[in-house]
Amino acid sequence: MSDNGILRVVARFLIPLIMLFGLYIQFHGEYSPGGGFQAGVVFAAGWILFALIYGLDNALKVISQRAMYILAAAGVLLYAFVGLLGVAMGGRFLDFYPLLPSPHAAQQLGIITVEFGVGVTVATVVMLIYTMFARRKSEWEAVLREDSDP
Amino acid sequence: MVAVAIVRVRDLFAAGMLFAIYSLLSAALFTVLDAGDVALTEAAVGAGISTILVLAVLALARRYEHPTGGHNLVALFVVIITGAVLVYATLDLPEFGHPDNPAQVHVGPHYIEQSYPDMGVPNMVAAVLASYRSIDTMGEAFVIFAAGLAVFALLSVPPRRRQSGIVPRRPLSDSREDEPADEKEKPDHE
Repeated sequence: MSDNGILRVVARFLIPLIMLFGLYIQFHGEYSPGGGFQAGVVFAAGWILFALIYGLDNALKVISQRAMYILAAAGVLLYAFVGLLGVAMGGRFLDFYPLLPSPHAAQQLGIITVEFGVGVTVATVVMLIYTMFARRKSEWEAVLREDSDP
Repeated sequence: MVAVAIVRVRDLFAAGMLFAIYSLLSAALFTVLDAGDVALTEAAVGAGISTILVLAVLALARRYEHPTGGHNLVALFVVIITGAVLVYATLDLPEFGHPDNPAQVHVGPHYIEQSYPDMGVPNMVAAVLASYRSIDTMGEAFVIFAAGLAVFALLSVPPRRRQSGIVPRRPLSDSREDEPADEKEKPDHE
């Protein structure tokens, strides 16, 4: 697939736009439709398009598999940490009001932070699942090649 | 109509594509209903990522579904009974769009009236998801993470050659377009 010039050019044009749109619905989710889940998926879709066109190995140079595990866990932990921060500052779990003196700013800070955590987790988990399946294919082919010429 | 086509078609690649079309149509329907967040999710997750993952699995599995012989009368019976019960249950649903419906009188009005004064976030869906129903959303994030872990647990083990003496399962159907590599074995889950 990577040999096709049209695909390469179109992908090179589209991938930044897809990723930018992902970031837009991540950080503009409070004002327009969007949020962490959608943003994570769209962002990961941009990465997967890159992996489809330029090969999985090149895509894994952008973000290694190890970084994916770490970020996936970090996103969820960020969410829980914001919740616990509310407890530590004298509120209830996932209560954002104590974070800042102004209630509106506190809520917005809390919402943006947890949505960011969700977005990071979703994006990296989707990338991770794709990597697993794509890598499985090449592993199988290697095993079967061994099989056919003993 | 698309759903019927999905059930009828034997080519799994075509079925995956039809699923994407189905999701896209649902997304259009949600847009018509003014549910922007849901439409965006359906378009991104249903039509986009699930299709990619289905195709990634199809690269590992065979392309054509096994034909199953005959018809399963018990299954037909169960499906008809369930469908009849569901249709019967819809008769008890409150009238569509009536102001006294539970959806309109429970916590909904509170969210609609209070979310902007409470937190100054114009998108009510984001306010409900991330603040009022924050713990639910955290649960969802953990579910996503657990899904990633499950796939990792299943697929991180490197594949091994089949033990000698066990004959690899041959496809019952014709193996059109199947590479030999794909015929031999498919992973345990699809």
